[in-house]
Amino acid sequence: MANPNGIGASVRRREDQRFLTGRGNYTDDFKRLNMTHAVHVRSPYAHARILGIDFADAAAMPGVVAVLTGADMEADKVGSLPCGWQIHSKDGSPMKEPPHYPLARDRVRYVGDAVAVVIAETREQARDAAEMVVVDYEELPAVGSSTRAIDGGAPLVHDDAPDNVCFDWHLGDKAAVDAAFANAAHVARIDLVNQRLVPNAMEPRAAMGEYDQSSGEYTLTTTSQNPHVTRLLMGAFVLGIPEHKLRVMAPDVGGGFGSKIFHYGEEAVVTWAARRVGRPVKWTADRSESFLTDAHGRDHVSHAELAMDADGNFLALRVSTLANLGAYLSTFAPSIPTYLYATLLAGQYKTPAIYAEVKAVFTNTSPVDAYRGAGRPEACYLIERLVDVAAGVVGMDKTEIRRRNFVPKEAMPYQTPVALQYDTGDFAKNLDIALPLVDYPGFQRRRAESKARGKLRGIGFATYIEACGIAPSNVAGALGARAGLYECAEVRFHPTGSVTVFTGSHSHGQGHETTFAQIVAERFGIPIENVEIVHGDTNKIPFGMGTYGSRSLAVGGSALVKAMDKVERKARKIAAHMLEAAETDIEVKDGRFTVAGTDKSLGIGDIALQAYVPHNFPLDELEPGLDEQAFYDPKNFTYPNGCHVCELEIDPDTGVTTIVNFAAVDDFGNVINPLIVEGQVHGGLVQGIGQALYENCVYDEESGQLVTGSYMDYCMPRADDVPSFTVRYHEDQPCTHNPLGVKGCGEAGTIGAAAAVMNAVVDALSDYGVTHMDMPATPEKVWRVIRDATPAMAAE
Amino acid sequence: MSCTVSMTVNGKTVSREVEERTLLVTFLREHLGLTGTHVGCDTSQCGACVVHVDGRSVKSCTALAVQADGADVTTIEGLAAADGTLHPMQAAFREHHGLQCGFCTPGMVMSAVDLVRENPNPTEAEIREGLEGNICRCTGYHNIVKAVKAGADAMAGAQATPVAAE
Repeated sequence: MANPNGIGASVRRREDQRFLTGRGNYTDDFKRLNMTHAVHVRSPYAHARILGIDFADAAAMPGVVAVLTGADMEADKVGSLPCGWQIHSKDGSPMKEPPHYPLARDRVRYVGDAVAVVIAETREQARDAAEMVVVDYEELPAVGSSTRAIDGGAPLVHDDAPDNVCFDWHLGDKAAVDAAFANAAHVARIDLVNQRLVPNAMEPRAAMGEYDQSSGEYTLTTTSQNPHVTRLLMGAFVLGIPEHKLRVMAPDVGGGFGSKIFHYGEEAVVTWAARRVGRPVKWTADRSESFLTDAHGRDHVSHAELAMDADGNFLALRVSTLANLGAYLSTFAPSIPTYLYATLLAGQYKTPAIYAEVKAVFTNTSPVDAYRGAGRPEACYLIERLVDVAAGVVGMDKTEIRRRNFVPKEAMPYQTPVALQYDTGDFAKNLDIALPLVDYPGFQRRRAESKARGKLRGIGFATYIEACGIAPSNVAGALGARAGLYECAEVRFHPTGSVTVFTGSHSHGQGHETTFAQIVAERFGIPIENVEIVHGDTNKIPFGMGTYGSRSLAVGGSALVKAMDKVERKARKIAAHMLEAAETDIEVKDGRFTVAGTDKSLGIGDIALQAYVPHNFPLDELEPGLDEQAFYDPKNFTYPNGCHVCELEIDPDTGVTTIVNFAAVDDFGNVINPLIVEGQVHGGLVQGIGQALYENCVYDEESGQLVTGSYMDYCMPRADDVPSFTVRYHEDQPCTHNPLGVKGCGEAGTIGAAAAVMNAVVDALSDYGVTHMDMPATPEKVWRVIRDATPAMAAE
Repeated sequence: MSCTVSMTVNGKTVSREVEERTLLVTFLREHLGLTGTHVGCDTSQCGACVVHVDGRSVKSCTALAVQADGADVTTIEGLAAADGTLHPMQAAFREHHGLQCGFCTPGMVMSAVDLVRENPNPTEAEIREGLEGNICRCTGYHNIVKAVKAGADAMAGAQATPVAAE
C-alpha cells in the first residue's frame, strides 16, 4: 500500500485523543455567559385534556426566569413539527398527518408529552419549580398498543384519524401471490411480534438555544445526526427563521442509532425561548426523559406465509403487518414500516412473487421512528424466522433451504418483486465462509454433549440484505420523501498544502475524522496529519443530509471523491500552466502531476501554493484558489449483505441462554478502515442480541403508562451478557455504482443478529415442540415454555 | 442551604461554596468545569460518571460533593501524565478501538483502571464481570474487553501486545 494511512489501513482513530482524556465537546458540556436552564413539565397521563395550567407558584420560585406554555408558542405563531415523508394508502388517500406541537396545546397524547417549560438560573432551580407547576388534566381513555388501536371502539388518539389508522398501504403483486399460493405444495406460516425498543444512545438528548439581539441570529447546539435537516425543518416549518439567521451545530454526539435524526420539540423550545428570555437556554434530558420522549424503534405485529413447491423452492411470500407509529408522526416515521421494510422482504431469495400490506396506527405512546436498521431488521427477522419454519415444513436442512433459494450471483443485477434492484452480492459465498467458522458438521456432536450435561444447544442462521446509501433522490421522491437525499463535500486545499474537508455527513461514533481523512491522504499522497475533517456545523458546511442508514461513506464519501475529482481537474490546469505543458499531457498519480515522458513534475503542495499566490495565471481560463465542492446523488441504493450464525446453550433449570459462538460474515463492498468496520459490526451485533434476549419496551395496554422507564426495568446488554465475536468480511463484490465501491456497515450487525439468535433459541427448544418464540427470549419466558411443555413438571 | 466543600481534584486543591444537595458529578462538571465525567442515567446504572475517590472507583452521580470533602479525587482529565502521555489504559483503548462515540469512555476507563488495581491479571470473564456496572451502546464490549486486557498487561509493566495494522 502506497500510503500507510490510506485506504485499507486500520488507522487508529484521530478523535480518540480527546475522548480518552475527557476533552470531548458534547452539547451538555457547553456553557455560555448568562446561560439559563430549561426543564420541561411533562404529562403523567397517556391521554388527557388540558383544562388549565397554574404556574403562579412556580414562577415565584427562587431563580425562575420564565414559565412558558403552548399558549405562548401559539401566540408567537410557532408551527407544528413537520414530517419528512408522505405515504399514500391503498385507496390513494394521503396518510393522516395531525399536528405535533413542541408544547401541547389542548390535549396530551402520551406520557412525557411536553406541556410547559420552566427556565431558571440553575438546573436544580428549574427542576424544583417544574414540580410546582399545576396542570389541570381531564384524563381520557388511552390506547397503549397497536392491536388495541384497531380494536373496534378503541378511543381515538386523533379525532381526524378514524380507527386510529394513519395509513393502510401495500406493495407487490397480490394476484400473482394468490395464484402461487393456490398451486403451492407446501405453505409455511408464522405470527410474530417485533417488539418495541428504546434506542438508548448513552448521551441523553440535549439542546442549547442562543439569540443575538444585535444581529438577529439564532444558534442551536444540539445532539443531532443531521444539523442541516434540523435547521431546515425548524427554521422553515416551526419557528419561521430564515437559514442565514439560524446556525445549527451538532458537536460531539454520544451515539445516535437513529434516535438523533429527528427534529424534536425541545430544539424548537430552547431556540424560541432564548429570544423570549433574552439569554441562552440549555436543556439536557435525564435518562428517564430519554426513555419517555426519544423516538422508539420497531413495534410490529405481523403474519406471514411462504408458498413452496414440493422441493422447497420459494414460490410466493405474503405478509401483513400492523405498525405502531406512536402518538404523533416523527420526522421519518412513515418511511420505516413501508419503503425501508416491505422493499426488503425478498431478502437474499429469488421468491418470484411478494405482496405486503402494512397498516400503520396511532397509539398513546412515544413516537416510533428509525432505530438502527430501521425496517430492515424487521424484514430480516420475519423472513429468516419464516425460512426456518419452512425448513421444518419441507424437512430440509436450514442451510440447504437457504442455499437453494439464494439469488445466484450470476443473476446480478437482480430486480426483486418489491421495487429494489440489487447490484451485487454472492450470498452462497457468505454461507461458505461462515460454515467452517462454526464447525457446522460438528454441531450434532456438540448438541449431544450438551444434552449429556443437561443443557439444550441450538444453532441459528440468518442471512440479510439491506438497502443502504440512502438514497437516490428520484427514487426517494417517488416513494414519498419530501426531500432529496444526496450528500455534499467541500475539499479546501490551503496554500501550504494541508487540506480541510467539510462534509455533510455527521460522526457520532463512526470515526469519520479518521476514515474520510484516509481517503484524502490516499488520493493526494499526503500525510493524514495534513487533513482535517469538519462536520456538524451549518455555518461551515455547504449543506448536508447527515448520517443514518449506513449512508456516510457510500454517499458522503462519494461526494468527497467527486469534490477531489474537481480539485484534481483544477490542479491539472494549474500544473499545465506552471509546467508550460498541454493539460492533456499531464499525468496524475498519488498527488504528483507530471508531464508525460519527462521528469518535469509538481506535487499537489506546490500547486496549492501557486493556486493562492498566483502572479501570471491566464485569468480568463484559470481562477486562483484550490477549493471545490460537490453534491453526490447516488444512482441506486447499496446492498450490504451477509450471513450470521449463532450457537447457544440454554439451561433448562433456569431458562438462561448463553451464546457460545457467534460468527458474522459480511459483504460491505470495499473497506476503508477494517478496525472501524469490525467495531461497527461488534456494536451492531450486541444491539441485535439485546433485542433477541434482553430488551423490551413495555407500555401498559390500558393506561398507556411506560412500564420500562429506566435501566432498572429496561434490560440493556452488559459486558457479561454477551460473547466475543468472530467477524469476517470479503471484498469480492464491490458496489458497482459509487466511486469507492463501498456499501455501508453501520446497521448490518443489528439486522442479522436478532434473527440468528432467535433461530438458535428455537432450535435449542425444538425437542419441546417449540417452533416460534417472540423476543426477547428472557430466562423467565424460556423457563415457562420448557415447564409448560414438560407434562411431569406442569403437573407439579 | 449551602456549605463549603474542599478536596483535591487531579492533584489540585479546590474549595467551593455549594448547595448541600450538590452531587459530586455536578460539582465536577458545573462548578469545576471538568466535563469529561458524563451523566448517562439517573439510576446509578450506566457508569459514565465513574471517577476515583481516594483511589477507588465511585459513581459520582450517586455521591454528594460533601461526601468527598477532604478526599483525593481523580477524573478522566487527571489520568494522563502531565506531559500528555496517555495512561496505559487510555493508550490500550485507543490501540484496540475500545471506544466509538466516546460518551461512556471516561467512566469505562476509570472503572477499568480500578478493576486492574484489584485484579492485575484478569481473565476475559473477570473483565466482563468487572465492567458490569458500565453500559456501552456502541462497541458491543468486544474491543473494550481486548483493551482492558492489554491495558492490564501494560500496567503490569509487561510489554503490551503490539497490534500490527491488519
